[in-house]
Amino acid sequence: MQFDLSETQQLLAKTARQFLAAECPMPEVRRILETPTAHDASLHRKMAGQGWTGIAIPEDLGGMGLGMIELAATFEQLGRALVPGAFFSTVALAAPLLATAEQLAPLCDGSQTATAAFIEAEADWNPASWQCAARDNQLTGAKMFVPDAAEAAFLLAAARGNGTLGIYRIAKDAPGLEIIPLKSIDLTRRLYEVRFHNTPAEPIVTGPAAGHAIARALDIATLALTAEMAGGMARVLEITVEYAKARKQFDTPIGKFQAVQHMCADMYLWSESSKSAVYYAAYALDKNLPEAASALSVAKLYAADAYREIGNRAIQVHGGMGFTWENDVHLYYRRAKAGETMLGDNVFHRERLAKLVVDRL
Amino acid sequence: MDLTLSPDQIAFRDELRAWLAANAPAPITRGAHESLPQRFEKLRAWQRRLHDAGWAGVAWPKAYGGRGASLIEQVIFLEEMARAQAPPMANTLGLGLIGPTIIHFGNEDQKRRFLPKILSAEEIWCQGFSEPNAGSDVAAIRTEARLDGDAFIVNGHKVWNSYGWIADWCALVVRTDPSAAKHKGLTYILVDMKSPGVEVRPIRQISGESEFAELYFKDVRVPAANVLGKVNQGWEVALGTLMHERATLGASITILYRRSFDRLVELTRQIRRNGRPLSEDPLTRQKLAQAYTELEVFRLNQMRAVSRVSSTGVPGPEGSILKIFWSEFNQRFQQTAQEILGPYGMLEEGSPHSVDDGAWSYGFLRTRGNTIEAGTSEIQRNIIGHFVLGLPKSY
Repeated sequence: MQFDLSETQQLLAKTARQFLAAECPMPEVRRILETPTAHDASLHRKMAGQGWTGIAIPEDLGGMGLGMIELAATFEQLGRALVPGAFFSTVALAAPLLATAEQLAPLCDGSQTATAAFIEAEADWNPASWQCAARDNQLTGAKMFVPDAAEAAFLLAAARGNGTLGIYRIAKDAPGLEIIPLKSIDLTRRLYEVRFHNTPAEPIVTGPAAGHAIARALDIATLALTAEMAGGMARVLEITVEYAKARKQFDTPIGKFQAVQHMCADMYLWSESSKSAVYYAAYALDKNLPEAASALSVAKLYAADAYREIGNRAIQVHGGMGFTWENDVHLYYRRAKAGETMLGDNVFHRERLAKLVVDRL
Repeated sequence: MDLTLSPDQIAFRDELRAWLAANAPAPITRGAHESLPQRFEKLRAWQRRLHDAGWAGVAWPKAYGGRGASLIEQVIFLEEMARAQAPPMANTLGLGLIGPTIIHFGNEDQKRRFLPKILSAEEIWCQGFSEPNAGSDVAAIRTEARLDGDAFIVNGHKVWNSYGWIADWCALVVRTDPSAAKHKGLTYILVDMKSPGVEVRPIRQISGESEFAELYFKDVRVPAANVLGKVNQGWEVALGTLMHERATLGASITILYRRSFDRLVELTRQIRRNGRPLSEDPLTRQKLAQAYTELEVFRLNQMRAVSRVSSTGVPGPEGSILKIFWSEFNQRFQQTAQEILGPYGMLEEGSPHSVDDGAWSYGFLRTRGNTIEAGTSEIQRNIIGHFVLGLPKSY
């Protein structure tokens, strides 16, 4: 029994951490998030060069053929470095919906980015609520909170044709495609409203298979998001502890005061607990265990609360400095808040758990 | 990540599971209008049966009556005991804390003298650490032991001794060098509770029960051969005990709490409010899912800590968060249960209309002690702050 990354997985994570420290340090994050789409194509290609764009995609489809644990270990590092841009949308949202080498090749080699559009005006992650219509391979309707839509070479959208849900591919330059930027709290991951006005779309998967494909893709996306959260919160804890050791008041490092120290201890408890939950979710999804779905909801709602609360404490420990633009903590805090509602907020995941666990007891 | 058990571990689990199915008595719980001593004697008989069948001391060396298996088997044992709703063994502190400390620090004579009788429940153990003025500041111990020939003469006052009222032996921490620095002058010594000068007084708790006692020592003569480790090395020995406590304690807790959770879910199906079962009430469902989440995260933290200890031999940083997690979770969970049960939740053992014979009102009060016993939440946060995060010591 080993409840931790294997040596190979640890090496993968270490390499990723070193790569990102060199290629995407915080000044670079701040530069990129000032660009119109908060994306840097050159960085994205370099990450593709590491194989990360195809990390959990089988080798015969152009990927590295690794599993969910490696995917989680990589996203943990991306979250730690707060890497901005469309990598998450491409790898965690869009790619898991695709199934052929031809579709996946431009994503794996880093030449294209993509995103996926699910929720609509009600912002409900239950697929039954999605109403966007597909008729004669044309889409009509609107999708909300679509990440990185303006950067994506193509979008994948969930839409209903003859009443059943399917996934459709829409090219960036398709007629009748309207992409409206939203100004949202997370500066590193831009959100958009996407409107379809009889927009030509290519069906990717329809019928009963579509439901499974969507569920699987959302599972993978949720895992990637929670892994990012675990990495981000661990970094916020580090930054905060460093500050509590260095900052002096009353001629004493503030970290000596129990009021401050105990906040840091709570942050540690939440951070380590999130890591346990995320690694287990990765394991359960990797092995296709029956409890994978509940493990993902547990990880999502625990990590979402943890990341936000760690952000709250981090800002409090930093005092006035924590309230400034120049301090990095708010950039993570913004990401934490956005992640909390992405892929289903805690009310959604608790009700999902109630169905998965409570109703079955 | 590999959470599977080895074929040997699976065989161990299956054998134990089958044995428990055939042999475990009905749960020995509060209620049934039995006194604490009556319940205790049932637990002692149960431990004897486990011992006779070779299940006591799973991870203890064979030479002293143990099974010689690994920590993983020990955790499997605790999980299976809880899963089978088997009563715990009587000699909780002897098995969980003092035995392992004797294995680690004891000499050959001490191991042969004490360990087999811990396993057979022939000798029940308690522990004397806390004092009226040495609670969180446990190194402030004042109970003194003065060497007189081949024995120490012990004088002092200990509090919060679990099993003090029944124990045959006490693992006592005493001050042997008053001139040394606080942590340096302590000694860990094993005291026969039948020695002249030992007096036990029960403490009545918030719950009305008396699990804990005060111990008074007046000129108690203890052979110097009963010192565990070296004289004035008691702090190291005591810390070793506490480290041991962390690793495996949670294994049975996760399953016990899960059983309470399952029972609460069952109750939500029976309790109707606003014209429907509570199990269909969205807010109740949210609360149950939140409790499940925390319970599950605790289980995973526990599994991760065991995996770490079994592969490195050293408790990892996860270990230090377990105590805070289970104690604070348990308090939140009992409050959730109270919200679900409404006024019925406050009815006590023996009352008309009580739920599960008062188990929930008892649980609500008893869990207040969880964040105090075995190191307060504040002390745990100091440990994390200083020893894990490297912040300056706050006191």
